[in-house]
Amino acid sequence: MLERLAAPVLAVAVLLVWQGAVSLLGISEFILPSPWAILKRIYIDFALLFAHTRITMLEVVGGFGLAALAGVPFALAIFYSRLVEKAIYPLLVGLQTIPKVALAPLLVLYLGYGWAPKIFLAFLISFFPIVISTVVGLQSLDKSLVYLVRSMGASERQTFWKIRLPAALPSVFGGFKVGIALAVIGAVIGEYVAAERGLGYLQLQAHSQFDTTLNFAAVVVISLVGVTLYFVLAAFEARLVFQRDHAR
Amino acid sequence: MSSHGVALRIESVTKIYETREGDPLPALDPTDFEVAPGEFVAVVGPSGCGKSTLLSLVAALFPVSAGRILIDGEEVRRPHPKVGVVFQTDLLLYWRTVLDNLLLPAEIKGWERRKYAPRAEALLEQVGLAGFGQKYPSELSGGMKQRVALARALIQEPGLLLMDEPFGALDALTREQMIIDLQAMWLDVRNTVVFITHDIAEAVFLADRVLVMSPRPGRIDLDLRIDLPRPRRWHIHAEPAFLEFTGRIRAEFEKRGVLRER
Repeated sequence: MLERLAAPVLAVAVLLVWQGAVSLLGISEFILPSPWAILKRIYIDFALLFAHTRITMLEVVGGFGLAALAGVPFALAIFYSRLVEKAIYPLLVGLQTIPKVALAPLLVLYLGYGWAPKIFLAFLISFFPIVISTVVGLQSLDKSLVYLVRSMGASERQTFWKIRLPAALPSVFGGFKVGIALAVIGAVIGEYVAAERGLGYLQLQAHSQFDTTLNFAAVVVISLVGVTLYFVLAAFEARLVFQRDHAR
Repeated sequence: MSSHGVALRIESVTKIYETREGDPLPALDPTDFEVAPGEFVAVVGPSGCGKSTLLSLVAALFPVSAGRILIDGEEVRRPHPKVGVVFQTDLLLYWRTVLDNLLLPAEIKGWERRKYAPRAEALLEQVGLAGFGQKYPSELSGGMKQRVALARALIQEPGLLLMDEPFGALDALTREQMIIDLQAMWLDVRNTVVFITHDIAEAVFLADRVLVMSPRPGRIDLDLRIDLPRPRRWHIHAEPAFLEFTGRIRAEFEKRGVLRER
């Protein structure tokens, strides 16, 4: 009971201390707006925030969706082909050392100011964890399970659908969850560099107008975008993936 | 059920693995033996003697390096449809119910699920797990899981049942019950069984014939017919005839340096 309440209690305490400090010390709203002021601002400017959220959300979902659609087949290619594994896997790991966000200005140069650079950055940043988790999930299968179905006369196709894929799904979803959180970062960074819409753009606007409260409001909404998408994935996972330790 | 056991013939079968460095690693020296239809043969040997290798070869999980394996008169090149395998661990799929685990072979062989579901239920009852069909493996004990694994092999009505130390991971009491139940079930079906174990008493209690293997690279040193009457009761373990068999196998191991008094 105590353990379950610990996190919410701590969160509320932090917010209360923040609220109290701002009003007691008389900190200006330009430096640090109180949680209540931020909440009020979200309510007042809901329409504005919502419009920009839609843009950011689409960029995130677009980039992540492409990463998932490309990442899983790519992982299969790495798993099934020794040549692909030997040729591409080390390069992929090597490329991972490039901080993707550092590419943002270049992407603007090549892809312009529209949707493309944001979606591409979200894609780029979430692609790698999806590929790696899927490959690791496929490789960590107990080989005896493959022998089991082979002894029953299973083809490789049957082995994949009956054994390999269901056994790898928890890892695949692990990659998805990391990927979606990173995709949010990618999209917002893309908007910082060059955009006319989106929550990152709204933050730059708020900054230039010394509107710190709106800036914070955007941060809160960006977090909500990430959390929401994470839970959407978790809901899919709960339907598709059987958790090993919890019998339904 | 009447006997539908099939014959197994091992002709000069050899297996040589390759180490990581590419050196040959002999696992099985040329081996010859025959198992008659409906015969229960146990293979005993020390760890790493190649007895599991032998079983994998019969199950066609790996190709033989030389020689031939014939099941029901046909040379084995791919997993034979009349063969069922029980492995050392239960290998149940944790995301499937017990019933769906039992029906896995039927699915893979493209048999109609509807036809086999009643048979699966009957098998569950036979292995003492009636009513457990909708449970998940995580809800079962180790012994129960291995019973499901046995039922999963039996649903294929295997003319040849291969068992690779199936009770090795179980506690002593569970294991004793499994041995008793296996004998009872086999006496019903009378299919051909090749049972790999490192337990001398288990081999003598269950088998019509015990093959004793030498340390790696394995070969068969002793082929012992166990003509104790069936059904065998547990107290047979204390009878002189039984002890003479276990003693002879033990002596063989001592001769090979597998067992040593000190």
